[in-house]
Amino acid sequence: MTSSPEVVHDEPVRAPALEMRGITKRYPGVVANDHIDLDVKPGEIHALLGENGAGKTTLMNILYGLARPDDGEILIDGKPAQIAGPTDAIARGINMVHQHFMLVPVLSVADNILLGEETMAGPIFIDRREAKRRIIELGQRFGFEIDPDVKVGELSVGWQQRVEILKALYRNAKVLVLDEPTAVLTPQETEEIFAVLRRLAQEGHSIVFISHKLYEVLAIADRITVIRRGKVVGSRVPSETDESDLAALMVGRDVQLVVDRGESHPGEVRVKVAGLKVRDDRGSEVVRGLDFEIRAGEIFGIAGVAGNGQDELVEAIVGLRKPAAGTVTLDGHDVTNATTRAMTNLGVGYVPADRHRFGLVLPFTVADNLVLTDYYRAPYATGIVRNDEAIVERGKRAIEEYDIRTPSATVSAGTLSGGNQQKLVVARELDGDLRLLILDQPTRGLDVGSIEFIHKQAIAKRDAGTAVLLVSAELDEVLELSDRIAVMYRGLIVDVVDGRTADRNEIGMLMATGMRQEAAVASGAAEIPA
Amino acid sequence: MTDEPTTAPAQAPAPPASNQQPARRPDGRRLRQLRTAIVLPLVAVVVAFLVGSIFVYAADLIANKGALDLGKPLAAYKALIAGSLLGFGPIVDTLVAATPLVFGGLAVALGFKAGLFNIGVQGQLLMGVTASVAVGVALANQPVFIAAPLAFIAGTLAGMAMGFVPGFLKAVSGAHEVVTTIMLNYIALNILAAMVSGPLRVPKAPAPITFDVGHGALPIFLGSTGHIGIILAAIAAGVVWWVLYRTTLGFEIRTAGLNPDAARYAGMRPRRLIILTMSLSGGLAGMAGANELLGVTHKTTTSFATNVGFDSIAVALLARSNPLAVIPAALLLGAMRAGASQMQIQARIPRELVDVLQAVILLVVVALPVIIRDLGGRGARAVPAEAQTITASYAGETVRS
Repeated sequence: MTSSPEVVHDEPVRAPALEMRGITKRYPGVVANDHIDLDVKPGEIHALLGENGAGKTTLMNILYGLARPDDGEILIDGKPAQIAGPTDAIARGINMVHQHFMLVPVLSVADNILLGEETMAGPIFIDRREAKRRIIELGQRFGFEIDPDVKVGELSVGWQQRVEILKALYRNAKVLVLDEPTAVLTPQETEEIFAVLRRLAQEGHSIVFISHKLYEVLAIADRITVIRRGKVVGSRVPSETDESDLAALMVGRDVQLVVDRGESHPGEVRVKVAGLKVRDDRGSEVVRGLDFEIRAGEIFGIAGVAGNGQDELVEAIVGLRKPAAGTVTLDGHDVTNATTRAMTNLGVGYVPADRHRFGLVLPFTVADNLVLTDYYRAPYATGIVRNDEAIVERGKRAIEEYDIRTPSATVSAGTLSGGNQQKLVVARELDGDLRLLILDQPTRGLDVGSIEFIHKQAIAKRDAGTAVLLVSAELDEVLELSDRIAVMYRGLIVDVVDGRTADRNEIGMLMATGMRQEAAVASGAAEIPA
Repeated sequence: MTDEPTTAPAQAPAPPASNQQPARRPDGRRLRQLRTAIVLPLVAVVVAFLVGSIFVYAADLIANKGALDLGKPLAAYKALIAGSLLGFGPIVDTLVAATPLVFGGLAVALGFKAGLFNIGVQGQLLMGVTASVAVGVALANQPVFIAAPLAFIAGTLAGMAMGFVPGFLKAVSGAHEVVTTIMLNYIALNILAAMVSGPLRVPKAPAPITFDVGHGALPIFLGSTGHIGIILAAIAAGVVWWVLYRTTLGFEIRTAGLNPDAARYAGMRPRRLIILTMSLSGGLAGMAGANELLGVTHKTTTSFATNVGFDSIAVALLARSNPLAVIPAALLLGAMRAGASQMQIQARIPRELVDVLQAVILLVVVALPVIIRDLGGRGARAVPAEAQTITASYAGETVRS
């Protein structure tokens, strides 16, 4: 491991399209970027790999003019450049595709692309026809044809991302920065977007690909720079490295990428869901009649692209949402309309998908968050009076047991990193004897170290005889942990397969189309999953 | 981006929270909190006095037909301080003026803690006035230890009832408390007027006015005007603090205020909490009314002249909704009220100057942290939760940092 990147690329010498030299950014108490060097050559895909909080975001914010570096310089085509804001960055050909798309769903593709660029068309009126022509032409050039009149809200996530990329290309981007672009995509969509990126690189565009997913980085990048704690810790070429090497660089120790799940010994049926229908906040039925069972000591995985009713399903089971029809049974008792508190008392642990929305009160202390669901019970309260000592004690115990990295139990949860916040939720929800554990996107946005930890905890609970319901948009996670996998598509379970023999592509196809490959091809549904 | 998926890129980048190094020591944090809690109001007061000087000059120029007295602001502020702090009498005046602001400030602060903007303290206060004058007059000849407590409790209960209404409406229909409490303020105003012109009116009096509450008045224990409401207010501040930070109910209120979804997730009942908190808040506002009527005026006309209900919002904001900090905040505003008369008499500066001072103080305290955040300065995340509750009231949704 070296502190400066080794030069590993030996192409004919061309000036890098973009070069960042000695970028340093300090925040109070923390050096977010410590003399980071990064360069991207024309036609190169350069991956920036690092855990959450390693400094990737800060570095890209500096490049995009959203933060001012304390030290260091940015060179574009070999010439020093001052970037004061996103407008500057765009004018110099640097464009960003954000993890969360910056698109207006009710506007058409063309309007979205023109948004903020209206001035380019003419002094007063926007020349829509010309714009549309260019959009179609650009799409064709890079291998995806798109109808500029379609409303963005009607497109699948994968196509929305292409619109984002088109937007950048329309603005003559030379350097394209993609921040975790595959976080919301199915494996197939990921492959398709990779094809687009390769095409872009061939045409001479430079791409910075930010990710913490090792296999993706290996699949797409020409060069990989790994940063940890604000420093560049190494640079690799995919052909000379592998996942464990990269993971070790990224985390600073050896990591078990796929936890050993061991044998599972399913027991009696613990949870039974029958004919369950659930509506979302707008009143449309997003869970449209589900039947499944989970046994004690097994992990039942639900795979599916986010937004196919998984969140509503889980909320209905734990009592946050009233089902429109159907029943939920736990240990033979009907708990269809049980409150969340009743469910907690019956031994149901629930790690919610959105820890900031449901799982935590960020301004509260770590200790207070750990007693969020049983604050009213002994020993944390006597009558209505809180027992601070017991609460802090509980905090200390959890910090110890779950290795939550925090200065103390009395700092606010908001000061913790994402991974540690999630550990906090896990510590609270996995405490004690559980009948049922529900994990909804338990590792979204987490680094490999935290993922390993949470997966091990889930397996430990399974071995202790808990029924585990795992919902994840991360197919690999479902595949690695589940004994049985149900694929959810538009509010229905379209198939249930054995978790140990499941085929990745098969499930990916089911996630994307609700059909197996043969059927999908036959009906032509594979093209645009709307 | 990767560490905070919900952060829009236009915001100032957060220092990456690092697993390995605890970025901030806890005592450093507390020190900074203390600094903002003390330095900010002090800066606000200084800025207010500077801005106030402009108005003093303007008032002086008009009064003296163009002759400019450079030392005028100093003279005005001297009289203001003399009238509020120098001597036993002025200090008692300050305490008496601050007392209703403590009750009212607690009412607003409690609401803020639950994420509710109770802008109806004025109305709840007037209901408190109405009920305590009614009971006080009825019991005017009973012994003090019966009449005064019952009249005070009556005012408190009337305020609670008035606070219950917007709480109930919000819980069952989602009607926003800002809208309903403002409307209820007018209703309360007219209920008081109707009662005083009707059943409570002194027969044959030239203008509608009530009888004196007699033994219903709060006993005086300090000087000629210092009534025991001063002590009750201090106790109330302690009790509200204890409830918020030492009981499970307070934990529920604070959870619902900071993150209603998490409250639901944790099995709390946000609707019930909204009703309860608004009722308690109304009760405190009712105490402010009972306190003014039973401790100061002892009777009322159709319009009970007070601005306490609205000044209370200023107090709560100054105190950053901390129940204990409500006391010094109320004392600051109370001192300005108490000293205003002397300023008007001695320095010939209209007493309305204190309204200007108060407004500037508030602007600095509430707006400055937001402005600093928007400029991306350091300590940028310290936008007070109260400010968020207020902006959320206007924006129609909860803003979370």
